[in-house]
Amino acid sequence: MAYAFATAEVASPTAFYQINEHEHAAGGSTMLGFWIYLMSDCLIFAVMFATYGVLGAHYAGGPAPRDLFDLPLVAVNTSMLLLSSITYGFSMLSMRKRQVGATQVWLAITALFGAAFLGIELHEFTHMIGEGATPERSAFLSSFFTLVGTHGLHVTFGIVWLLTLMVQIGQRGVTAANERRLMCLSLFWHFLDIIWIGVFTFVYLMGMLR
Amino acid sequence: MSAGELTLPAERHGSVRDYVVGFLLSVLLTAVPFWLVMGHAIESKQAIAFLIVAFAAVQMITHVVFFLHVSARSEGGWTLLSLIFTLVLVVITLAGSVWVMYHLDSNMMPQQEMSQLP
Repeated sequence: MAYAFATAEVASPTAFYQINEHEHAAGGSTMLGFWIYLMSDCLIFAVMFATYGVLGAHYAGGPAPRDLFDLPLVAVNTSMLLLSSITYGFSMLSMRKRQVGATQVWLAITALFGAAFLGIELHEFTHMIGEGATPERSAFLSSFFTLVGTHGLHVTFGIVWLLTLMVQIGQRGVTAANERRLMCLSLFWHFLDIIWIGVFTFVYLMGMLR
Repeated sequence: MSAGELTLPAERHGSVRDYVVGFLLSVLLTAVPFWLVMGHAIESKQAIAFLIVAFAAVQMITHVVFFLHVSARSEGGWTLLSLIFTLVLVVITLAGSVWVMYHLDSNMMPQQEMSQLP
């Protein structure tokens, strides 16, 4: 038995490369590719968190987190994003059952929660800027607006993407391409919620402890 | 494999149970840190800071498992491997920056105090 196996090994010539390319399913590597994009996005946020970690205590005689942050508002904001995560999950489950209408309704609810999150964030920003806590006031505020603003921009583009996909599944239904797109957006949306965990913990809650 | 046929494995979607369990865990893991800070539940600020960072770490893992459905098997392990690689870089970036700049700050401190003398 062992002998037969060994001869079979010797018989086939060792190949270090493949001459004939094997078959790749269309879009088969999109999910992994998008995941790697998210990992690179994660590094962008890591650098911004590091900048905030270094500069976050440099107030230049200006307002400190304790003077600016409104924790109950941040708690409401956090719950908006968390609710949008589970409603996006429900739209993915509807998509799997090929229910175009239900998928669109859950996506619309997700977009509303996302818009509520952005609205509260913009309200907070305008309130801070109205009090003179502008990005150029101190290193703390520069790094704060860069970090939280970049997250907000991601949510904005996530909503634009979400509305686009609502139209696309309305036009074409749940095709393989649309399913792939919705799954990419699912990763993106949940990823933003994970970044927000870092933001509310390190920026808001730790800021209030100082 | 025809164009209309689904090429993606079903395991990546998760189930109702996954999302509900993940959501309830997240609500708990969010509410406790907010309560700790807003209610001044513990005297020591260091203890609160340690606890809320621990809660954040657990909640991030909860999200990755229940919402992103990352497991050791997804994409033949490449998803988890790239995640671990990224986390190593994130830890180096965060810890390295804060560590280096903290020491730079404390080395600059006497000079600053000198300049503030009358």
